[in-house]
Order: sequence, then structure tokens, then C-alpha cells
Amino acid sequence: MSTTDTAVIDELIRKRLDEMLPQAIEAKLTEREENRTPSLAIIATRGTLDWAYPPFILGSTAAALGWDVSIFFTFYGLNLLKKDVSDLKVSPLGNPGMPMKMPFGPDWFKGINWNIPNIIQAGVPGFENLATTLMQQTIKNNGVAGIAELRELSQEADVKFLACQMTVELFGFHHDDFISGVDYVGAASFLPVAQKADVSLFM
Amino acid sequence: MNFDKELDAKGLNCPLPILRTKKSLTDMTSGQILKILSTDPGSVKDMAAFCKQTGNELVTQTEAGGEYQFYVKRK
Repeated sequence: MSTTDTAVIDELIRKRLDEMLPQAIEAKLTEREENRTPSLAIIATRGTLDWAYPPFILGSTAAALGWDVSIFFTFYGLNLLKKDVSDLKVSPLGNPGMPMKMPFGPDWFKGINWNIPNIIQAGVPGFENLATTLMQQTIKNNGVAGIAELRELSQEADVKFLACQMTVELFGFHHDDFISGVDYVGAASFLPVAQKADVSLFM
Repeated sequence: MNFDKELDAKGLNCPLPILRTKKSLTDMTSGQILKILSTDPGSVKDMAAFCKQTGNELVTQTEAGGEYQFYVKRK
């Protein structure tokens, strides 16, 4: 074959490839995107009744959507892994966004938002327990799942629970205090999980 | 419309209707229809999003007097 022939053939091949490649790449990328399992990594740092919801709601729902989910519980978030979560509390103190409504009585009464100054909420003994009881009743009235139930549903759906071993020791907890199925790890184990995750959330 | 299984999620709130739907579908075979009853207004958008993401088919949905009915065909 002469040099001219080769040049012509090369030119034809190049042209044809230019036509075909973008489509092939596009098709391959679409296929990969469709077959890929999305993933979610959550860091749960809070140990109150109100903050117990976001990690378990998002975790269980993502699992229902077919995602890979890992939740890393650290500091006060470890409370959410305790065997008994019925004593989780919610505090109105320093929480001005929290509505103060009664979960019983006629509708007009339930509709009132009791605007109680924070300083009074802080000073009255037992106010936190009262607020927690009201919140628990509101949750029940509205058909919202309990924390223990959501946590169980998360585990059933293969949501991975990771607990910060450093905090366990720092707070003097024992592995016996927590539900089973928890992996005790450190930041170095969680970060690579978060690195690969499509969605990472700090709560 | 015919269905193979019924899920009563009335009175339940987000995300329970979706979680129960997912659980019910797991026990079913491909092509079977699950009927879901719900009173959660949020479940209308959520059920559509769930089906779109999981590849199950939302065949039809209706609403009457604050009660929602969904028919989902398992993938």
C-alpha cells in the first residue's frame, strides 16, 4: 500500500470514529449510570428525640430506594444506638423554632402556639420532660413512626450502622449498651465510605 | 382494577408508606400488582419518585376524600 493510500484510509477511519465515538460513549455512560447503585453517607452527631429522626428517616428511605446507606454515629449521636431509645428527650431551650402546641383538646386549642419565653422554659424544673411528653404525643397523633421502629426498619433494609469507638470510650459507654449489628470504627474507616458516596450529610 | 396484594398504610406518615410498600413488593413476583391505601398527602409525590427510582411501575393512582390509592406493578 502506498503512503497516499494509508493517509486516505487513516482519514476515513478518523472521520468514522468521530461519528461513532460520541454515541458509543454516551450509550456506555447512560448504561453505567443506570446500573450504578447510589449511596448515602450520614454523620449523626445529635442525641435528642427531634434529631433522632433525620438520620433514620433519610437512611431507611434511601435504602427503600435501593441505595447503599451508612450512618456514622458519633458524640451524642451514639444515644441513638442505645438499646432503649424511649428516654430520648427534646429541649425547647435554645430552640426557638420549636412550636409549643398541645396535642390534645379541641382544634382551636391545639392550634394555639404557646409563646413561652426561653428563660422561663429554662428555669422551670421538669419543663423539658413536659416538652418531650407533648412531642411524643404529637408524634403518635400524626402517625409518625417511633425511633425504635424506624431504626429497626433501617437495619432490616441493610442500612449500615457505624459507631465512633473513640466516643464510646470517651463517654464511658460499653458495647453492651448498644443494639447489635453495629460496627465500631474510627474516622479513618468512615471517610473512605463518605468519599465514594453520592450524598454525604452531617446531622 | 385487579391486584395481587393490598397494603393498608392509612394513618401512617412519611416515610412509613414508602418503607411498607418496598417491603410488600419484596415478597411479590415480577408483574404482580400491589394496591396501596394511604392518607398521607406527601405520599402522592413520594410514591411516584419511589417508583421512578426503583423501576417499579406506578400503573394508576386515584384520590377520593383524602384517601389515596396506588397500583404498583412490581418490576
